[in-house]
Amino acid sequence: MARVVTRQHKVIATIAAWLVAFLIFFPILYTIITSLKTEPEAIAGFSLIPSGTFENYITVQTRNDYIRPFMNSVILAVGSTILALIIAIPAAWAMAFSPTKRTKDVLMWMLSTKMMPAVAVLVPIYLMFRDFGLLDTHIGLTVMLTLINLPIVVWMLYTYFREIPGEILEAARMDGAGLWQEIVYVLTPMAVPGIASTLLLNIILAWNESFWTIRLTTTTAAPLTAFIASFSSPQGLFWAKLSAASTMAIAPILILGWFSQKQLVRGLTFGAVK
Amino acid sequence: MGSITLNKVSKSFGEAKVIPSIDLEIVDGEFVVFVGPSGCGKSTLLRLIAGLEDVSGGKIMIDGKDVTDNAPAQRGLAMVFQSYALYPHMSVRNNIAFPLKMAKVDKAAIDQKVTDAARVLNLTDYLERRPSQLSGGQRQRVAIGRAIVREPSAFLFDEPLSNLDAALRGTMRLEITQLHHQLKTTMVYVTHDQVEAMTMADKIVVLNRGNIEQVGSPLDLYSRPRNIFVAGFIGSPKMNLIEDDYARSKGAKTVGIRPEHFTLSRDSGLWSGTVKVAEHLGSDTFLHLDVDGIGHINARCDGEFGARHGDRIFLTPNETKLHRFNEQGLAI
Amino acid sequence: MATQNTRALARFMMAPSVILLLVWMIVPLSMTLWFSFQNYNLLNPGNVSFAGLFNYQYFYSDPAFFQSIWNTLVIVGGVLLITVIGGIGIALLLDQPIFGQGIVRILVISPFFVMPPVAALVWKNMIMHPSYGVFADISRLFGFRPVDWFAQYPLLSIVIIVAWQWLPFATLILLTALQSLDSEQKEAAEMDGASAFSRFIYLTLPHLARAITVVILIQTIFLLGVYAEILVTTNGGPGYASTNLAFLIYRTALLGYDVGGASAGGIIAVILANIVAIFLMRAVGKNLDR
Repeated sequence: MARVVTRQHKVIATIAAWLVAFLIFFPILYTIITSLKTEPEAIAGFSLIPSGTFENYITVQTRNDYIRPFMNSVILAVGSTILALIIAIPAAWAMAFSPTKRTKDVLMWMLSTKMMPAVAVLVPIYLMFRDFGLLDTHIGLTVMLTLINLPIVVWMLYTYFREIPGEILEAARMDGAGLWQEIVYVLTPMAVPGIASTLLLNIILAWNESFWTIRLTTTTAAPLTAFIASFSSPQGLFWAKLSAASTMAIAPILILGWFSQKQLVRGLTFGAVK
Repeated sequence: MGSITLNKVSKSFGEAKVIPSIDLEIVDGEFVVFVGPSGCGKSTLLRLIAGLEDVSGGKIMIDGKDVTDNAPAQRGLAMVFQSYALYPHMSVRNNIAFPLKMAKVDKAAIDQKVTDAARVLNLTDYLERRPSQLSGGQRQRVAIGRAIVREPSAFLFDEPLSNLDAALRGTMRLEITQLHHQLKTTMVYVTHDQVEAMTMADKIVVLNRGNIEQVGSPLDLYSRPRNIFVAGFIGSPKMNLIEDDYARSKGAKTVGIRPEHFTLSRDSGLWSGTVKVAEHLGSDTFLHLDVDGIGHINARCDGEFGARHGDRIFLTPNETKLHRFNEQGLAI
Repeated sequence: MATQNTRALARFMMAPSVILLLVWMIVPLSMTLWFSFQNYNLLNPGNVSFAGLFNYQYFYSDPAFFQSIWNTLVIVGGVLLITVIGGIGIALLLDQPIFGQGIVRILVISPFFVMPPVAALVWKNMIMHPSYGVFADISRLFGFRPVDWFAQYPLLSIVIIVAWQWLPFATLILLTALQSLDSEQKEAAEMDGASAFSRFIYLTLPHLARAITVVILIQTIFLLGVYAEILVTTNGGPGYASTNLAFLIYRTALLGYDVGGASAGGIIAVILANIVAIFLMRAVGKNLDR
């Protein structure tokens, strides 16, 4: 059999792969194209060539104040991720470097909280938010997103920290490093890549969270998910403007996502697939 | 200076007693090898000396000073780990300089020492690289370099060659031995490979199940094993251990004969047997024989002895070189 | 030396995470449980009384309940089927030597990063709209009448949208698993005379088994709670045709203001999720013993 891949084989595989990739990417591509069309163009039938107007982007900002939900998304996603990291790093650290017999059970239990369906606690959470005046506030939603992503953050950090070999820490101790020096010179530099990918992945998850962000906000703290969802009942024809808003909502996270593909797999499978 | 004394040192992990009680004297400048099968406690013993594990009982003295409760860094020892344990985010230069930086040595002196160590270890061209850009042997040298610059009173090696391929292992074995001649510092070396033990050690400590079976020079252990375990562990091919009538006729429970202590002949001898496999190494030939009434025997003969599979051969043990062992497995 | 201290320190470091999650799990859940036995309507909040099992009976006797359970299963099952089979196919394709592999990967993974409301709206308006959608354009091109997807096939439409979102995830994980297959194994099988098909059945598929399990279990967790896609497209309709359990509970709670009823539904959802969770725990748990 042919060990050397024939050129023909490669060309066929390439065409097939690009075709599949194009079909999968098409809805996103078409959204971007439509966002560059005028409204009449957008409903005038299938066309891949827009007139190239940026008017829709300007309209979305002037008419719907796009910047506010965008900033809310940034505040909520980044804020909740950093908060989760601050809480999770010590926990993941302790579990990775001084594991006990119960460490595994604790990790499993943490993951199980992630499996609690959101709707099951919708009523009490909604009532609590209402009674404490947290509805439609940044602080309320940030805490919410922190809590729902905390188990994943602990898990991801744990799988990364566990890969730092114990012998290196011992070597540092033999070399005369004290606890503080061990943390500054050896542990932190080795842990930073894992923390960075956890940060990245969690921002993506928080940015796209679409249950609590929609249900617990109205305007003040509403992020892009709620902003876009509010377009579901159309007021007249608005294809092009909707596309512009959608493009702006997904663009930043799409780009972040492209950078994090590799970490995505091990992060979301809790290290089960690498 | 680097003499190390272990006084009734013991270690348990929970219920499991890994090391019941060990007394050992390591003289300054010696190359001592701890050897034994896996799980014999040799690595644990090294880590106790290093201070990476706490003893459960007994005392460890370095240069006559009790260091049992001292942190690893205060013991003045350097260690080379099995995985090398290089800091992946630091250049070779910074890896080697790290212990000096921790000891707050001034910058000029650090540079000088790192340069010297790099020259000794042929690492000068690689100083700015990261460990991940080095080959296995080079990483090994960096780990040694990191140990050298501290000018420790003793070096500890934990199976340092087990991740290298056979050819490189031979080279590194030689380099470490040369380094010892050059530095004349105490070295404690852990391995499961008896060849490394025989070729490098001034003194071998054979361990089994947490106990010292025998301490002595390589040739000591080879020619005067104290018991069956040492006899079987040291030497390759393995010593033949024969029980039954022949052993009884020599007044022993078991008799041991090294493969080279046979006289082989085509036509006459005490025993006869069939060649199962003949391994021709050029200078030597190893014969795996099925001897009538005895069983499997390893014999070594010179390269010109042209035995082949299926040949009938006569062999006579050299009676002056017999090792005799009693019921308890101890040498008589 | 310091093992006692280390233990104490480790506990101290874990405490914030553990306590937070413990509170987060126990407080709302026990409130839901409590509410599920109460007559409690937000429109009449002064009048709360013990209801016994009435809420469960009510939820159980609601015809929408069984429909919503069925719809939940259809969404989970349908999406899993499409994503696992499609994922294996695409992963096998992308594992071939191709030009521009990096870009292809980026294009294929992209839908995963699209937030659910955007995904749903894009499909609803740009692709599946009966007059302006791309599907309608294609139908007209071939002389067919365009399909009104969300009126005629509401559940299928949602399955398609959700499958599009999760296909990249399945593909990426299966591709990662595929690339870890030892090439010597493949060569050994080739030497043993195995055809490409039997190599796939006896070598590739067993190797992928673990990844497929992970894909199924992780997706199931998320698919049980599909919400925004339904909210934005069909709003659960027509009737209850595309209402899943999560959406039904939301309707009961925040549109019907029936706290008791929604809580009973919530407890049922927890039980369902737990059945799935047990399986997931086992599979992921094995990975911990290394």
